[in-house]
Amino acid sequence: MALAERVETPSPPPANLATRLVDWVRRRSGVKLSLVLGPGAFWLLVFFLIPLGVVLAYSFASRGAYGQVIWRLTLENYTRFFDWLYIRVFLVSVWIALLTTVICLVIGYPFAFVMARVPRRWRNALLVLVMVPFWTNFLVRTYAIMLLLRNEGLINSALRWLGIIEQPVTMLFTTFAVVLGLVYGYLPFMILPLYASIEKFDFTLVEAAQDLGANTWQVFTRVMLPLTMPGVVAGSILVFIPSVGAFVTPDLLGGGKVVMIGNLIQQQFLTVRHWPFGSAVSFVLMAIVLISTMAYFRVGGERRV
Amino acid sequence: MSTTATTAPRTAPLAPRRRRRLKPGWLVLNTNVVLTFLFLYAPILILVIFSFNASRQQAVWVGFTIEWYEQMMRDERVIAAAKNSLIIALVSTAVSTVIGTLTALALDRFRFRAKTAFEGAMYLPIIVPEIVMAISLLVFFNTTFTLLDRWLGLTLKFGLGTITIAHIAFSFPFVAVVVRARLADFDRTLEQAAQDLGANEWQTFRYVTLPLLMPGILAGALLAFTLSIDDFVITFFNAGIGATTLPLEIYGRIRRGITPEVNALSAVLLLASIALVLGSVLLQRRR
Repeated sequence: MALAERVETPSPPPANLATRLVDWVRRRSGVKLSLVLGPGAFWLLVFFLIPLGVVLAYSFASRGAYGQVIWRLTLENYTRFFDWLYIRVFLVSVWIALLTTVICLVIGYPFAFVMARVPRRWRNALLVLVMVPFWTNFLVRTYAIMLLLRNEGLINSALRWLGIIEQPVTMLFTTFAVVLGLVYGYLPFMILPLYASIEKFDFTLVEAAQDLGANTWQVFTRVMLPLTMPGVVAGSILVFIPSVGAFVTPDLLGGGKVVMIGNLIQQQFLTVRHWPFGSAVSFVLMAIVLISTMAYFRVGGERRV
Repeated sequence: MSTTATTAPRTAPLAPRRRRRLKPGWLVLNTNVVLTFLFLYAPILILVIFSFNASRQQAVWVGFTIEWYEQMMRDERVIAAAKNSLIIALVSTAVSTVIGTLTALALDRFRFRAKTAFEGAMYLPIIVPEIVMAISLLVFFNTTFTLLDRWLGLTLKFGLGTITIAHIAFSFPFVAVVVRARLADFDRTLEQAAQDLGANEWQTFRYVTLPLLMPGILAGALLAFTLSIDDFVITFFNAGIGATTLPLEIYGRIRRGITPEVNALSAVLLLASIALVLGSVLLQRRR
């Protein structure tokens, strides 16, 4: 509609201040670019990159007696990490994240396979059904798992009512609870890239392999799995990264008994107030994440055109 | 390659036999799908159902009540937290939608030096662990406030302002991604047509580009709103004393012990984000 009105006036209307300003901006592409790009670049620089830089700087500083930061350059925050106490936290985090990734893969691959094989009109509905829980409040979802697992929770009550157990089984505040919470939280991250990759897979290749005498297992391991590997890698990285850096899940479901890197960082910043060491731990976590991300791009990831 | 061609005509008679042979396999696969959906939805459904339970002992169903919701509505702390959450989400959504849309346009329409580096940096807030972003902003605000106080005698504090700035920082890249997806399948000939008909650059943008991008922008805005309303980790580290949002209030209450009021509050937040996300999905689908 609006366009039709403009058609009658081929030349721009008499120059008022606004149009002249717009005209001036148009003639200088540099000005225009900085107007369009400027706000995003500013916010990214000031409230993301510089803060990360400050943390990096802090990780080489020392801590004063009262928790203040002293600018005496040192590597001791990084060497301190090699204490068995912290190596353990590191190993527990990586172990929990790997376990979560493998479980998500085992559940997610066959799930994505079915999604890619159902009639097209169902696929979008299934996709939305997978996505919805993922976009709901993470804290609330973790709390929902807490409600189920605690001693007075539904699972223990049901088991007692059925006469299977007499004393409640401790499930909350265990590694099991943390892994369950992480799988619950990040399973959609595994399913979506797997689905994208399996959907692109040419299923006539399965018939070709079968005609050549391959059994179902061989078809899967020699044909389908190699060709859907980008999805497997993408999904694994997308689950591993948030799992290894998790904070809410081990905090609520681990209850201080399962300590992951995220909890260590929180302790150092809010409880112990050793900001330089907390900063160093944060950068160790960043390093893990960046290495995983680079591995993802190295293996190929998803090739979007 | 030629195998595919030769087998193609034979697939039709072979297909039924193959399907029969795969049947037990499909049973396992479909069971997996059903169980996974049960796993994804049962915990939140149980949470919502038990928020209507008349008993304080939540594992046993006693009877239907909306008492917990009534208590929640009367609770002044909850009302204050909800008000804070809404203010933060509205401001953060407005700002990050504008910044995100502009950034998407810059990436789609302009060439500039270090564009790849900028793109990489823009995806960082999506990849970097939340806890790292949270503490980096905490350290940054704390350092800046200390320096401002020392040099200019300006006293700034953590609160709604720091939370909002932090929310914009992690929301606008998401808006940019969504709007950029919309720009990717944008028909540029429409803009050329407008300019052929005499529209200047601003008019083309205002009356052609912007209306066509609107569904993408709205989807991005809804996403930003959901991210802001739901955020816990980054808010937790940048709230300071006194400024509480709904997730912070829920966390505090969970820590103090599980009560039916928390269930009611959680259920409300859950339904709000589901509604927002479905809205965003519908907008993104619209052509």
